[in-house]
Amino acid sequence: MQRAVNMVAQLGLRLQALPLALGRPLSCAQDVLRRTPLYDFHLAHGGKMVAFAGWSLPVQYRDSHVDSHLHTRRHCSLFDVSHMLQTKILGCDRVKLMESLVVGDIAELRPNQDKVRELQNEGSDVSLEVVDNALLALQGPTAAQVLQAGVADDLRKLPFMTSAVMEVFGVSGCRVTRCGYTGEDGVEISVPAAAAVHLATALLENPEVKLAGLAARDSLRLEAGLCLYGSDIDEHTTPVEGSLSWTLGKRRRAAVDFPGASVIVAQLKGKVQRRRVGLMCEGAPMRAHSPILNTEGTVIGTVTSGCPSPCLKKNVAMGYVPYEYSRPGTPLLVEVRRKQQMAVVSKMPFVTTNYYTLK
Amino acid sequence: MALPVVWSALAGPCLPWPWGLTSSALLSEGKFTDKHEWIPTKNGIETVGISNFAQEALGDVVYCSLPEVGTKLNKQDEFGALESEKATSELYSPLSGEVTEINEALAENPGLVNKSCYEDGCLIKIALSNPAELDELMSEEACEKYIKSIEE
Repeated sequence: MQRAVNMVAQLGLRLQALPLALGRPLSCAQDVLRRTPLYDFHLAHGGKMVAFAGWSLPVQYRDSHVDSHLHTRRHCSLFDVSHMLQTKILGCDRVKLMESLVVGDIAELRPNQDKVRELQNEGSDVSLEVVDNALLALQGPTAAQVLQAGVADDLRKLPFMTSAVMEVFGVSGCRVTRCGYTGEDGVEISVPAAAAVHLATALLENPEVKLAGLAARDSLRLEAGLCLYGSDIDEHTTPVEGSLSWTLGKRRRAAVDFPGASVIVAQLKGKVQRRRVGLMCEGAPMRAHSPILNTEGTVIGTVTSGCPSPCLKKNVAMGYVPYEYSRPGTPLLVEVRRKQQMAVVSKMPFVTTNYYTLK
Repeated sequence: MALPVVWSALAGPCLPWPWGLTSSALLSEGKFTDKHEWIPTKNGIETVGISNFAQEALGDVVYCSLPEVGTKLNKQDEFGALESEKATSELYSPLSGEVTEINEALAENPGLVNKSCYEDGCLIKIALSNPAELDELMSEEACEKYIKSIEE
């Protein structure tokens, strides 16, 4: 079984500048939204479609947002995450290419393509191939049990952040990775586009499984303390500011050979100006762009994501505050609709995660 | 024409709220705004809530932000907000007047707005300063027509 660091799931990356080869665009000129291989499947199951990052995706199905969220934590849910396109990187210098991008924005294909061209111009052997696969995420405490019924491999031997190719419910050549974006145990299954509906249908046959959309996906990942690229992290944040220093490999730190290394290593050694923290409060929910204030009433930061937590029945959020306010337990204020509410810096994840690790 | 209740979607990777194609269960004596607040017609003090169309589109309400008793409102002033899991929806006053009562039950049980938007889940009461404004509001029939027209 191969070890594969799936940055996409961990950092919640959003794609931009997508190649036009994939996406099955609408035939009418009105909205050029791309469709995943499961578009008709979503409609058939009562999916309410919205535009998201240039794709038409279901925000929810017939269940309410909160019901869908809680079902994922108690049973398991199936998400179509095919909008996160998958790329095969080829050539002897593929590792060189990846290492030139790690701790940068690896999901943005345009920089990747530039980087590929740059390396090729230097005589490196590397190329990219976008794979015509769908990506299905099956997440929740019963996800492994549901999947086990359709695979011969023993899933107890596939721990968190590892990956293997296997036949899944009769579809050969699927890559199953033990990862996800909900904080629960689960997998992301890369399946050839032509077999995506068959696989989704097979999974849905198990009464444990319900379809879930973008709404539940967002509240689940927030409870799990996972970032949303474009909101909680972006091209203006470093991994240290984002409380993501764990993504920096030991060897890479010593070699100082990754994008932004001089800034990042300096932050690792000295103090960092600001940090991403978790916040909790009662009263009205904190949302993105809510100002964060110290107890004296001075604005010190901003909320980047927030929602009511269906599990905790409290409001949770992430935001950036100066380093000196970042310790869990620090009392702060968050301004919601012109009123200042007491909030407290909290450790993340807000809801205990259940990743399947071998100990 | 003003849009129906529009709330601020989350910023960043935008998730604009989908418009549910629902039919409203309308009170026969009510009056409606194009923003889906309704008022049962009585003299002097009017009760204000949101329509069935709005509560369905909003999803489960988790928190109600209501004004204080005594607040003076002009027609179309923002007087509060309803929070669903996903987004915040501002509320606009259908009439001018003074807030005489707020629905205290919503503090403990915000879901009443969904379960009983015309009765137990009503929001506030306003003492009208300009009763003629009632004539500017839509009847049940007109509201249904309006909903159909925006759904197209």
